[in-house]
Amino acid sequence: MCLGIPGKVIETYQENDLLMAKVDFGGVRKRVCLAYVPDAVVGEYVIVHVGFALQKLDEAEAQRVFAFLAAADSLDELQVPSP
Amino acid sequence: MKYVDEYRDGPAARKLVDAIAAAATRPWTIMEVCGGQTHAIVRYGLDRMLPATIELVHGPGCPVCVTALEAIDKAHTLAARPDVIFCSFGDMLRVPGSQGDLLQLKAQGADVRVVYSPLDAVHLAAAHPQRQVIFFAIGFETTAPANAMAVAQAQRRGLTNFSVLVSHVLVPPAIAAILGSPDNRVQGFLGPGHVCTVMGTNEYEALARSFGVPIVIAGFEPVDMLEGILRVVRQLEAGRAEVENAYSRAVRPEGSPPAKALIDSVFEVCDRPWRGIGTIPQSGYRLRETYRDYDAERRFDLGHLHTEESSLCISGAILRGLKKPHECPAFGKQCTPQNPLGATMVSSEGACAAYALYGRHLEVSSPNALLRR
Repeated sequence: MCLGIPGKVIETYQENDLLMAKVDFGGVRKRVCLAYVPDAVVGEYVIVHVGFALQKLDEAEAQRVFAFLAAADSLDELQVPSP
Repeated sequence: MKYVDEYRDGPAARKLVDAIAAAATRPWTIMEVCGGQTHAIVRYGLDRMLPATIELVHGPGCPVCVTALEAIDKAHTLAARPDVIFCSFGDMLRVPGSQGDLLQLKAQGADVRVVYSPLDAVHLAAAHPQRQVIFFAIGFETTAPANAMAVAQAQRRGLTNFSVLVSHVLVPPAIAAILGSPDNRVQGFLGPGHVCTVMGTNEYEALARSFGVPIVIAGFEPVDMLEGILRVVRQLEAGRAEVENAYSRAVRPEGSPPAKALIDSVFEVCDRPWRGIGTIPQSGYRLRETYRDYDAERRFDLGHLHTEESSLCISGAILRGLKKPHECPAFGKQCTPQNPLGATMVSSEGACAAYALYGRHLEVSSPNALLRR
C-alpha cells in the first residue's frame, strides 16, 4: 500500500491552484501532484505514491550502496567496510 | 526503470548475502515493518538466500490488513446509500467486512469506484454536485499527505458534497506495541522507507533508544533490503541500537516539511483500533475539529454496527510477528487469495497473500500437505 514508484518529471503545470506534473514511469505517464516537492524540475526523478510526489531522488545517494560493494570487492570478505 | 532495476541486480544481492553471512555469528530475529517489504522478500526469496541464523518476521505495515473491521463495516454502510459515490483505493474492495466486501456491494448496484489518487475523488465531487462523494481515507503516514490534500482541496474549492471516512494508522506506536509485548522476539527492524520519506527518521531515534533495538530505514528492492539487513546484523553483533538510513536516495532525516505541515493542519493523533491487534494508543489520525464538516461519520447516520470476525483467522498473531502464515491451519485450505478469511490474505501485501502467491503453501512442513489439499 505504501508503494512508491520513481518516475521522471516530463512537464509541470497548475491545476485548481495545485502544482501538478506529468511523470513518466518507464513509458507509462501519469498526472502527479507536485505540491510537496515544488522545486522538482523537468528531468528530475521523484518518488510517487497515490498520485503525489513525496521526495526527489538523490542521484549521489543512489550510488552509495554500489560504491560500497565495489570497495568490498577489493578487500578481504571478512573485513568489508561499512556501507 | 532507473532507480529500480539496478537494485534488483543478482550479483550485488549475492555479495550482500555473503557479507551478512560473514557478519552474523549468532541467530538474530529481524522484522521488516512494511507489507511492501514482505512482498518483495517472499517474491525474490530473500529469506532463503540468507544464512539460517537470520530469521525475518513480517510486520504489521499493511494498512489494508490492519484497518479495523468496524471501519470496513462503516464503509459498507455508507457505500450502500443510494445518494453516495463511494471512492476507495482498489485494495480495500475485497477486504471482508461483517456483511461481505465492497466489491460484492458494487455488484449489487452500489456506486463504488476505485481511484488512483484521492484528488480523483475530489474531481468526482466537483463533477457530480447532486451526489455525495465519500473517500475512504486509509493508510500509513505515506498516504496521509495525499489524503490531507484531498480534504484541503475540497475546502478550497467549496465542495460541500465531499467527505472522508478516516481510518489512518501510524507506524511508531505499532513498533512500540510489538516491542512492549511480553512475547516479543524481534531484535532489530527494517524501518518503513516510504513512511520516512514523509516523516523523516527522528521519531525512530526514541524507539531505538528506549527499547535498545537497531532500526535501519530500508527501501523495497532486494539490494535495499539486503543492505538494511546487513546493517541491522552489524549493529546487533556490535551491541549497538541506532537508527541508520539505508534508503538515503529517497529519505531525508527531516522528511518532507511541507507534507508534515499539511498533515498537521488537517489531522490530529488519536487512539486507533488495529484489526487483529486491538486498540493501540495514539496510533492513528482523525480529522481536526476545523475540518469536521468533511467527516463522513458526522455527516451520515451510521446506526448501530455489529461486527463479526472469522474465528479461524490468526492474522493478529501474524501481524505481530508471532506466527508465520503456513502455521495457520486454515492457510491454503479454507483461506486462499480467492476466498480470504482475513485481511492478511486479502491485500497483495499481506503476509498470507505473499506466501500464497509465491507458492509457499505448496511446501508446508508436513509431507502429506499436498495430498490433503
